[in-house]
Amino acid sequence: MKFAVLVNEGPYNHQAADSALQFCKAAVDKGHEIFRVFFYYDGVNNATKLGEPPSDDRNVTRNWQKLAEDHKVDLVVCVAAGLRRGITESNLAPGFRISGLGQLIEAGIHADRLVTFGD
Amino acid sequence: MDDMESGIVKKFMFVNRKAPHGTVYALEVLEMVLISAAFDQDVHLAFLDDGVLQIKKGQTPAGIGVKNFSPTYRALEGYDIEKLYVEAESLAERGLTEDDLLVPVEVLSRAEMGKLMAGMDVVLTA
Amino acid sequence: MSTLHTVNKSPFERSCLDACLGHAQPGDAILLIEDAVIAALSGTAFEGKMADAAKTLKLNVLGPDLAARGLDPAKVIKGTHVVDYAGFVDLAAGTRATNAWL
Repeated sequence: MKFAVLVNEGPYNHQAADSALQFCKAAVDKGHEIFRVFFYYDGVNNATKLGEPPSDDRNVTRNWQKLAEDHKVDLVVCVAAGLRRGITESNLAPGFRISGLGQLIEAGIHADRLVTFGD
Repeated sequence: MDDMESGIVKKFMFVNRKAPHGTVYALEVLEMVLISAAFDQDVHLAFLDDGVLQIKKGQTPAGIGVKNFSPTYRALEGYDIEKLYVEAESLAERGLTEDDLLVPVEVLSRAEMGKLMAGMDVVLTA
Repeated sequence: MSTLHTVNKSPFERSCLDACLGHAQPGDAILLIEDAVIAALSGTAFEGKMADAAKTLKLNVLGPDLAARGLDPAKVIKGTHVVDYAGFVDLAAGTRATNAWL
């Protein structure tokens, strides 16, 4: 089954990104496909390469990158929401790409399920 | 975006439960709704709980220094987005009536709203 | 086909659990995650409401979120299923749509 995942919140302030990551890992472990993870609202902040959490804490951005590397997951950051918050190509972490909101609607159309994580 | 021509039509619902201005959600949901219009899907907007305040008449946010995006709800018709539903209980709880709203809507009871939601393929909330 | 409703906030803080229960249809699945897991426990002020909900809805709670908060999975309200993330995926796969009550 193809899942699309929408992440509404940035890392650390809310558990949303951590929950979404755990969901994605469990889904691929069960043999499902993550069609796309779309980052919207403050969720775009998951994609900054400038974050440096303390070494004894998890690095949410790196966890997303690892998911993308290991399972070829498409991580898409909304261009409009990103521009509003200063997430652009210049500080985008590798493994993420910036595209339009249409990518979210498209994911809703083509994935079998869309699961949202937010505040 | 060749997917616009994929021929798949799903029932999408954007569920609005939060008041405008205090958080960004109402504005950015509206941006999502406008984009969805380009995909020829069966789009529904639901306003319940504090979400009914998003379409309250007379919003004048100049004094708080933010953009007044409420006129955009009236423009949705031009994008063929005409299925707007408001929950009667949510209006009543807030001392509002249909006359307080800036767009034509269909007012549903909570029970009817629950049934409508149950028929959706994709539910987007913020 | 039924819907999976997720709730992630404590009912002591927000109204999303109430909103969810007010709209879910008989046979739907509810999954309490993150700060909402407190509502799955017996002995809280919400126990009566959840026990009522369990008569028509399938109640689930995310075990890792209970454990993270030191809450005992053995104390969940009767009829509530404790699931892991794989169980979350199964719930999402087994319902027509997922509705997150944020």
